[in-house]
Amino acid sequence: MVQRDVCEEIDNTLPAPTLVCWWSTTIGGHQVSWGAGTACGSTCAIVSIAPAKMENGFMTNLMGFRRFRPGTQPEYLHPPYVSSVKRAPTKALVAIPQTLSEITGPMFGSERVDVKTFDLTKQHSGEPLGERIVVSGRVIDEDEKPVRHTLVEIWQCNAAGRYLHNVDQHNAPLDPNFTGCGHTLTDAEGRYRFVTIRPGAYPWANHYNAWRPAHIHFSVFGPAFATRLVTQMYFPGDPLIPFDPIFNCTADEAARQRLVSAFDWETTRPEQALGFQFNLVLAGREETPWEPLRAGRK
Amino acid sequence: MSFRATPSQTVGPYFVIGCNRLETNELAGPGVSGERIEIRGRVIDGDGIGVPDAMLEVWQANGAGKYAHPEDTQDKAIEPGFRGFGRIPTDEKGGFRFSTIKPGPVPGPDGKAQAPHIVVSVFMRGLLRRLVTRIYFPDDPANQEDPVLRYVEAERRTTLIAKKAGVTGGLEWNVVLQGEHETVFFDIGL
Repeated sequence: MVQRDVCEEIDNTLPAPTLVCWWSTTIGGHQVSWGAGTACGSTCAIVSIAPAKMENGFMTNLMGFRRFRPGTQPEYLHPPYVSSVKRAPTKALVAIPQTLSEITGPMFGSERVDVKTFDLTKQHSGEPLGERIVVSGRVIDEDEKPVRHTLVEIWQCNAAGRYLHNVDQHNAPLDPNFTGCGHTLTDAEGRYRFVTIRPGAYPWANHYNAWRPAHIHFSVFGPAFATRLVTQMYFPGDPLIPFDPIFNCTADEAARQRLVSAFDWETTRPEQALGFQFNLVLAGREETPWEPLRAGRK
Repeated sequence: MSFRATPSQTVGPYFVIGCNRLETNELAGPGVSGERIEIRGRVIDGDGIGVPDAMLEVWQANGAGKYAHPEDTQDKAIEPGFRGFGRIPTDEKGGFRFSTIKPGPVPGPDGKAQAPHIVVSVFMRGLLRRLVTRIYFPDDPANQEDPVLRYVEAERRTTLIAKKAGVTGGLEWNVVLQGEHETVFFDIGL
């Protein structure tokens, strides 16, 4: 029997949320816990998940994740993005079934989260320059199930379009009050929220007069190695988007548009910050166990 | 209502800003039992040049073959502090190293155990989505029967099997992105 002891609420709209979730599993009398929590209060709940069947010492009904639809993810080789030419694999990928190794993955429910990790404007003694924004949304799967207590990491350049990184030699100023990194955990509904400043556009060497549209890098783990996602969030109406080979690397137009956040009155804070909504959708679960992959991807 | 998955995008050259907090190349603390190993290697691009801005993420079971994850319901213990996750950036010459314990065999499909292995995600500027591969171990008789290696042409399997190198427990395993000795990368459907 596997039980998840989870706190149902991590309210990171509060100035300093308390991280309160952990995992524990009882197997054959062994109590195994992941993470640690403080002050769960009255919001704890116990959620059961179906235990995998054991037959002859092997788990036989693990549920894998549904493969992505053709064209909704980038190909490795996308020549307009010049860096892909010498780094994309040239041989066909080898299709394999998802196994226990891919259906499990690292758990970060005990990561420390506080205002300094999700409010990028509060990491230094002064305030960063630029337009304050609130970026929030949900991490869900393709069946709209919330991805709970998963780690979300972001990084970005400053308002002038400069990253705090020695490789970035763009002649725009660094901001002593802006590092450009943050992390948080989703709550029981899969919600996350960051406060930051709107990143600037910046030039890059991909082609003549190339400029990246303003974007924020997102990294999400989800429940398994299989669901790992690194992506970028763009801003609605950015005139640079149609010219960006990284944005345009995905064939499916509707899939590309999922990378563009939406301006949102609900999360816009009067006199303070514009709100943008950005949802991240991870792979959904298969409905039958151990389904082998039927076809390889080129 | 069915939602559609968000497309991947490259990590770009500046992932260290957001990712260095979880960087670690020591996966198994002193309280973790198992055979101590150190894996070193390089990430090499299509010109044979080391990739200075790559990031590996590795995921493995403990020495008994159990993952620190609630969906691994095998009746085996996990040592406190063992997570089985490592995030390792490459250095300026494309090199990386990490220390861990050799994972035990974990269950595979069709009731067959898998040979001991570590699963790996490779991220870098130029990769619009991660690459997925595995590290297997030299001279392990279980490699012959491994249900995943079976999908790989025999002559390419060597790209997935680390080589003994240097002192006891030292292993070499490289990520070759292109060419004759290109590492086998997997399609897991995602």
